[in-house]
Amino acid sequence: MDMIDEKTQSSRRATDRSGLIIRGISYICIGGFALCCLLPFLLVLGTSLTSEAAVKKYGFNFWPKEFSTFAYKIVLENPGQILGSYAVTMGITIVGTAVGLLIVAMTGYALQRPDFLFRNKISFFIYFTTLFSGGLVPFYLLITQYLHLKDNYLAVLLPGLLSPFLIIMMKSFVRSIPHAITESAKIDGAGDFTIFVKLILPMTTPALATIGLFIALGYWNEWYNSMLFLSADMQYRPLQLYLYNVVTKADAIRNSAAASNVPLSDVPIETMKMAIAVIATGPVILFYPFVQRYFIKGITVGAVKG
Amino acid sequence: MSVLTEKEASMEHAEKRTGSWWKKFKNNRTLLIMCLPAVAFFVVFAYLPMPGLYLAFIKYNYSDGIFGSPFVGFENFRFLVMTGDLWRLTFNTVAYNLAFILLGNVLQIAVAVLLNELRGKWFKKVSQTLMFLPHFISAVLIGLIAYNILSYDYGLLNGILQSLGMEPLKVYTSPNAWPFIIVLTYLWQATGYGSIVYFAAIMGLDNEIVEAAEIDGANAFQRIRHIVLPWLKPTFIILLLFSLGGILKGNFGLIYNLVGANNTALYATTDIIETYVFRSLMTNFNFSLGSAVSLYQSLFGFAIVLTANWLVRKLSPENSLF
Repeated sequence: MDMIDEKTQSSRRATDRSGLIIRGISYICIGGFALCCLLPFLLVLGTSLTSEAAVKKYGFNFWPKEFSTFAYKIVLENPGQILGSYAVTMGITIVGTAVGLLIVAMTGYALQRPDFLFRNKISFFIYFTTLFSGGLVPFYLLITQYLHLKDNYLAVLLPGLLSPFLIIMMKSFVRSIPHAITESAKIDGAGDFTIFVKLILPMTTPALATIGLFIALGYWNEWYNSMLFLSADMQYRPLQLYLYNVVTKADAIRNSAAASNVPLSDVPIETMKMAIAVIATGPVILFYPFVQRYFIKGITVGAVKG
Repeated sequence: MSVLTEKEASMEHAEKRTGSWWKKFKNNRTLLIMCLPAVAFFVVFAYLPMPGLYLAFIKYNYSDGIFGSPFVGFENFRFLVMTGDLWRLTFNTVAYNLAFILLGNVLQIAVAVLLNELRGKWFKKVSQTLMFLPHFISAVLIGLIAYNILSYDYGLLNGILQSLGMEPLKVYTSPNAWPFIIVLTYLWQATGYGSIVYFAAIMGLDNEIVEAAEIDGANAFQRIRHIVLPWLKPTFIILLLFSLGGILKGNFGLIYNLVGANNTALYATTDIIETYVFRSLMTNFNFSLGSAVSLYQSLFGFAIVLTANWLVRKLSPENSLF
């Protein structure tokens, strides 16, 4: 009896010690990695608040060696450009999310109805697009030469509306609602669309929030279609494309100036890039901690069947 | 009960007898209309471009258009093979994806397991939020962050090297550095968010099993080694097979924004299928070569997905896609 007690006690102690070790490792590794995820953002923020002269002298740094808000002043002195880009991105995001969400929700619900005869055919029709695609060149020709959407915001808005992934996600969410609800409403004489709007939508609000946020984040960070289809002729381009141009073009200015020994004007090129990056990304970073649980839900629902 | 099912059966039978295609259509009309916008979307943006792959078999020139340009058969593919481009693009795309998938999943599992060992609720929450952060930003900003660190003149890396009395590095002209930079950046961006799936799986682990093991004297390492990791194995295999299905689809946004649009010095180690197609469209205007690479990617990728799905169906039928 004593022997056993001693044995469990010693093993308990061993458990405690290994538990402490593993907990220590966890705190160090997780804390360290979390810090690694944060630091690059502090680097951008810190540089944006440094004077251009200090950047030229000491390079980019987390903590401003010479504090200055000059870059922000220059950016905000002529706010037309960045406000225009903000307005374009917000407009595309709001309209695209509303329309896309409605389409994804309708389709997801209809395709999850067991009594919908065409559900397998349509599901496969949609799913097939992830297996085989025409690639970039035909897509580009379609948008520019057949739909004539070059330099049109619709070229960014339309392709981002939905994706097979989001429809599959909606289907998984709807699956948790018993079909009996739809059936009893049908017996009461309700039409399919009424059932969808009055019964299903209110029951799937967390799903709608999740899918809406996925679409909205996609639009906010959209730069690829913007870069393909919106040329420099447009006065206001979406935020990420604006940032992309600032980053790459200021680079070009710097390189050409360095090659020809032309003295640079007083434009704080480097710190301005960072300031614009902060202005373009700030809203997302401030907003996402409040909604990250929806993104967590989305990936756990959609991941394995994605 | 049996009366009801009999009645149902007879009703169904009657429906089948009278049910023409039109009747079926009428019964499902509203649901069909609800699917219509999505179907139209995929017709326009996914199916309409597909016949455009005919470009791969012609020598496209702008003035003659798609149907006036001369038909050259497999000439474009022959060219891609002869120049070695196809092999280089395939190798780079597959190698990057393999590194992303394997290292990514291993790190995601590690983060999920360690996260599960944390006790402080506040610490857990804050660190999780910080680890998700890189997932929520645009590829453009990732390129800018890399520039902040790696730039020759002002980059943080060279600042540190110089303060240690070492020579600054010309990263943007050193092709051999980029596989590491690209994979590291991917891991930085994807690990936190990707760990959610594994973390959720660990949450589904029955606490009684863990407690029973502890009573039997298993220490924390044994608990992880013999209970948690085996528990994650099915999730790991399924995710692995699904990502292997996409092994020919490159991460254009990441590589394009890290490397820059026209940094020819780095093509040997950074050029993937997507960047090549993009260049053939936007800078070289060789639409036919770009389409040939796309067609190769789509067909070969299709075969790989079918294989991966066949494996998934063998291992766990409820997870297979079709």
